[in-house]
Amino acid sequence: MKCRGKIIVTLRPGVFDPQGVTIKSALHTLGYGETLEVKTGKFFEVILETESLEKAKERLQEMCDQLLANPVIEQYLLEVEEQSR
Amino acid sequence: MKFGVVVFPGSNCDYDCYHVLANVLQVNTVFLWHEEKDLRSCDCVILPGGFSYGDYLRTGAIARFSPIMQAIRDFIAQGGLVMGICNGFQILVESGLLPGALLPNITGRFICKYTYLRVENVHTPFTHLFTPGEVVKIPIAHHQGNFFMHSPDLLTLRKQEQVVFRYCGPHGERDPRFNPNGSLDDIAGIASANFRVLGMMPHPERCAEDILGSHDGRKIFFSLIQWLEERKSG
Repeated sequence: MKCRGKIIVTLRPGVFDPQGVTIKSALHTLGYGETLEVKTGKFFEVILETESLEKAKERLQEMCDQLLANPVIEQYLLEVEEQSR
Repeated sequence: MKFGVVVFPGSNCDYDCYHVLANVLQVNTVFLWHEEKDLRSCDCVILPGGFSYGDYLRTGAIARFSPIMQAIRDFIAQGGLVMGICNGFQILVESGLLPGALLPNITGRFICKYTYLRVENVHTPFTHLFTPGEVVKIPIAHHQGNFFMHSPDLLTLRKQEQVVFRYCGPHGERDPRFNPNGSLDDIAGIASANFRVLGMMPHPERCAEDILGSHDGRKIFFSLIQWLEERKSG
């Protein structure tokens, strides 16, 4: 079964995000003064072939823990769906 | 005595390290390609600066899976001497061989300049020739050198005297204006709990000869050489 994992990696609370701060000030310059905070992160889409959705989730979680996110500074959100043809 | 300088795809300070060891300090030095699986009986391994794997994903995150890293892990487990400079430091923290993480600089910019460092621990193979609190001038060149860890870990790091170098002013004074990248606790370099693994953002290999404006970096390599010599003869 073909599955699609969508992973969003963000910085853990309390970890300074200089890109977010710079983007916020650029938005202020552009006139979006209502912007209070910008947080940056990474998005990954992983397509994989597994026997089940549960198995896909398990494998994707391992990928996140091992490589896609650094647990010292990052956290992740993971969604898995069956890839429609 | 033999030194090994690891070459990852994207390393760019490998020749500088090799030059200091082989030509300035005249010790036997070899390059170790990242696909090698043993360290060819080197007594000390240097992970040099650069942009291994293009800094893709996170700095050091991919280099950590190079075949040579398993050999380095085993070497460290046996008490081997390893020094990671800049990207080498980033690889060591990504591998979990040193604690913490290196975030983008607080300024959001790449910073390339000389910095002053205070030697905080002189009881390591890398720093035993220094006097406590000695100030050295060593350049930095990085975009992600902002050392970070959660506060309980910082307390442990301090208690175990694992902080080896701190950014400071020309007379050793600590002040936020002398911290170039926002590093927690002004940390520029740390060691493992057994002091056999050192990671530092500044580049001692770039200041090991007077013609380069400072020779302070040479003392770190010289400490290592002397430490190895004493151990061999003892």
